[in-house]
Amino acid sequence: MSDAVIEITRTTGEETEVVARAVYEHPLVVRFCHWLNAVSLLVMVGSGLQIFRAFPSFGAKIPQKDLINWPQSLAIGGWLGGALQWHLTFMWIYIATGLVYLGYQIFRGNYRQVLFTRGDIPGVWPMVRHYFFFGTKPAVREAYNPLQKLAYSSAIVLGVLSVLTGLAIWKPVQFSWLAWLMGGFHWARLWHFVVMWLILAFVFGHLVMVLLHGWNNFLSMLTGWKKDPEY
Amino acid sequence: MESIDPKRPNPDPDRGEAESFEPKDPGWQAAGVQASTGKGRGPAPGERPGEENSAASEGLSSRLHLPKSVPQAEFSRVSRRELLKLAPVLALGAFAIPRVQESLLKEGLGFSDWASSLLFRRRHLAPTFADSELTAFEKFPINDYDVDDPGVVFERWTLTVSGAVHKPGEYRLEQIQALPLMRQNTRHVCVEGWDVIGRFGGTRLSNFLAMIGADTSARFITVTCADDYYETLDMATALHPQTLLCWEMYDQPLTREHGAPLRLNVPTKIGYKQAKYLTGLKVTNIVEKVGYWEDQGYSGFYGL
Repeated sequence: MSDAVIEITRTTGEETEVVARAVYEHPLVVRFCHWLNAVSLLVMVGSGLQIFRAFPSFGAKIPQKDLINWPQSLAIGGWLGGALQWHLTFMWIYIATGLVYLGYQIFRGNYRQVLFTRGDIPGVWPMVRHYFFFGTKPAVREAYNPLQKLAYSSAIVLGVLSVLTGLAIWKPVQFSWLAWLMGGFHWARLWHFVVMWLILAFVFGHLVMVLLHGWNNFLSMLTGWKKDPEY
Repeated sequence: MESIDPKRPNPDPDRGEAESFEPKDPGWQAAGVQASTGKGRGPAPGERPGEENSAASEGLSSRLHLPKSVPQAEFSRVSRRELLKLAPVLALGAFAIPRVQESLLKEGLGFSDWASSLLFRRRHLAPTFADSELTAFEKFPINDYDVDDPGVVFERWTLTVSGAVHKPGEYRLEQIQALPLMRQNTRHVCVEGWDVIGRFGGTRLSNFLAMIGADTSARFITVTCADDYYETLDMATALHPQTLLCWEMYDQPLTREHGAPLRLNVPTKIGYKQAKYLTGLKVTNIVEKVGYWEDQGYSGFYGL
C-alpha cells in the first residue's frame, strides 16, 4: 500500500522538504456517482415522505388509522401531485447512478475491497467494540475494515431493494411477479417504507463517521486525493 | 509556477499540462501511484509487488500519473482540477431554479409516462382474486373531486358517442348491457396509496368499441362525466381484456356514489383514471385536456 502514496514537497531556497503525503483513493466515477446519489437520495426520501403523507397508513382506508403525521416541512413537493413529479423524475437519476456505480466497480474489480464476505464476519465485532465501546483499535490490514464493508455492502443491497420495492408499487400489474414476491402491492408498499428507514439509518451512521474522520478524509470524496492517510 | 526538482525532467512551459509529469524513469510507474482502482492497495494475490498498478493505470488520463514527489502548488492544482471534474453534478441544481423547475419536472414525468407505455403489455392481465379476498363493499372508499352524487337522472341517461366511429350518437344503458357480461375481482389502487379488492361487472370496452364501429387505430378514448370530470385512455389500454364499461359492483347495479349508471373499470390503471357517471365517449387522435387530475400535474398514462 505504501507504494501508492506520494509525497508533497515544499522548496524554500535550496531545501526541499516533505510537508505531507497523499494517496489517490476515489476515482472520478465513484465520486461522481456518490454525489449524484446523495442528491437524488435526498430528493427520493423527501418526495417519498410527501407521497406517504397522502395516506400515512399501512392498514385499511376505511377505517383509516394513520401511522404517523410526517410534517410537510420535512418533505419535498408540497402536495401529492408535486411529490410524484419529483419522485418519478429523480428515480431515473437514482437508478442510472446506481447502475453506473455497480457496473464500474464490477468492471474495475474494485468491488472486492468493499464487498462484505464470510471472512469478514470475525472482524465485525472488534470494530464495533472499538467504535462504540472504547475497545482497542484493530490493526489496519486493508483499505476497508470489516464493519465498513458490512455497512457499504448493506447500503448497496438496500439501494437495490429500494428500487425493486418501488417498481413493485409503481407497476404492480406489469411487475406482478415482483409484487407477488413481496407479498403483494400492500406489503410491497410497507417494504418500500421500511427500506427507506434502513437507508436513512445507514446515511446517519455514514455522516457520523465522515464527521469523525476529519477534513482530509472528507476531501478525498471531492478531489479523490487523501492527504496524510493513516496507512 | 514550477519549482526546480532534480528528480523531474526539465519543465517546458510550452508543453501542455498533461505532459509536465511525463516520467522519464520507467521505474516510478511500477512503484508509483495507485491511480485508478480506488484506495491504495497492496499487491493482489498472485501479483508481485509493483505490478498492481500496471493493469489499473492503463487507459487513465495521464494527469493522474503523478510522480512520487510533487510540489505543493502542483498538488493543489491537481486537487482543484479533480474537484472541478465534479462540476456537472451541479447541473442537478437546475431543479432548484423556480423558472425551470416546473418544465423540468414535467419532462421527467413525461419520461416516466413514456417508459410506462413501453412496459404495458396488451395480453398481460392484472391479478384477480377469490371472492373471499374481496374488500367489504362498505369499506370500498368513495372519492370524488366535486360531489359524490352528481344527480344523474337515469330515465334520461344516455352515453353520447362521438369521434372516429361509424355509429356515433346516443346509446342507452340497455343497449350497452346487451353486450357480453364480464365480472372480475381486481385490485383498485388509489394514487393516495391505499388499495382495495373490488368486484366489478360490465362488458369489455373492446366489445362496445366494436359495436360503435370505432377506429381502433386511433390513439385515444376520452370520456366525460356528469360531474364534469373527464379522462383519457390510450387505445391499447382501452382494448385490454380487463378494461370494462362497468355497471355493476359486487353483482349489484352501481350505486350513485360509485358512478351509476356507468363507469370505467380499468385494473391496469390507477384509480383516478376509472371515471364515474360517464356521459360521453369519444374516439380521437387529438386530446387537449387529458384528465382532471392530469391537468393539475399528475401522470397521464399511469399504468400499473
